[in-house]
Amino acid sequence: MAEDLIRVLTGRFPSGLEVLSTAPGDEVVAVGADMLLDVMTWLKGQPLDYVMLLDLTCVDERPLGRGFTMVYHLQSLSRNHRLRIKVFLPAESPAVRSLAGLWKNANWLEREVYDMFGVAFTGHPDLRRILMYDGFEGHPLRKDYPLRKRQPLVKERIPDA
Amino acid sequence: MKGGFITTRFEHVLGWARKYSLFQYPFITACCGIEYMSTACAHYDLDRFGAGLTRFSPRQADMLLVVGTVTHKLAPVLKTVYDQMTEPKWVIAFGTCAVSGGIYNNYSCVQGIDRIIPVDIYIPGCPPRPESVLDGLIKLQEKIQNQRPEWRWQKT
Repeated sequence: MAEDLIRVLTGRFPSGLEVLSTAPGDEVVAVGADMLLDVMTWLKGQPLDYVMLLDLTCVDERPLGRGFTMVYHLQSLSRNHRLRIKVFLPAESPAVRSLAGLWKNANWLEREVYDMFGVAFTGHPDLRRILMYDGFEGHPLRKDYPLRKRQPLVKERIPDA
Repeated sequence: MKGGFITTRFEHVLGWARKYSLFQYPFITACCGIEYMSTACAHYDLDRFGAGLTRFSPRQADMLLVVGTVTHKLAPVLKTVYDQMTEPKWVIAFGTCAVSGGIYNNYSCVQGIDRIIPVDIYIPGCPPRPESVLDGLIKLQEKIQNQRPEWRWQKT
């Protein structure tokens, strides 16, 4: 099934894909940022039927000499199979197409990635912070966010000795 | 003299009355809440110490139990709850997170609620056993018994 999946996928998209892993049950495919929405739309439909977006997250790989990496976990319920899609984004002003129109849960997941990593999602209906509060500066899960930086909302008092 | 009489000090009676009628407001945000429920329910029974009456409005409470992690986002809420409580009022920091931030020394968590509001009793533990909670409560009762009427205004 693994070779089958990769063959079908690369057959449909001959260029722009990079197969990172073909281990059964752990297939990873890198997709160009410009063709993400096309690939995802096709994967969600027939014949592969990846109807479920399990998770959507991001990795700050700038210390490794790369930029940001978006990771999408898909599951096909009818075929009982998973697929991981990666998108490599530049270190400076990373942006990628939003999948909120394709999967409802992508809306909040993308807001979380925007909040934590500062990745802009073009076409997102409501791109604003979801976990941190208004007025918070920076994106705390970026590797260059200072470890000890604190941004309290309430003026902190000096505790009793 | 017939009938007899007893003498006492007014502050002593006041402290005695206050320490056995603590109306608590549980401000529960995390897993310590399970331990709070265990303490409050029949097996350990906070009510034995006169602290069984849970109020769900801070305006009716005089003991604030801060149970669990407080984030910077939640800090204004905790401050408001504390400010809404009427005097006299006492605060218990329940569990390591409320005491010092615990393991969450990061961008999002308050490093101990005493950075926001004054705390009377700290109960460490992750989570604290119900016995430690009862011990903390008894220590608070001792503190209330011996408090002078003007203590709060001196403190802040």
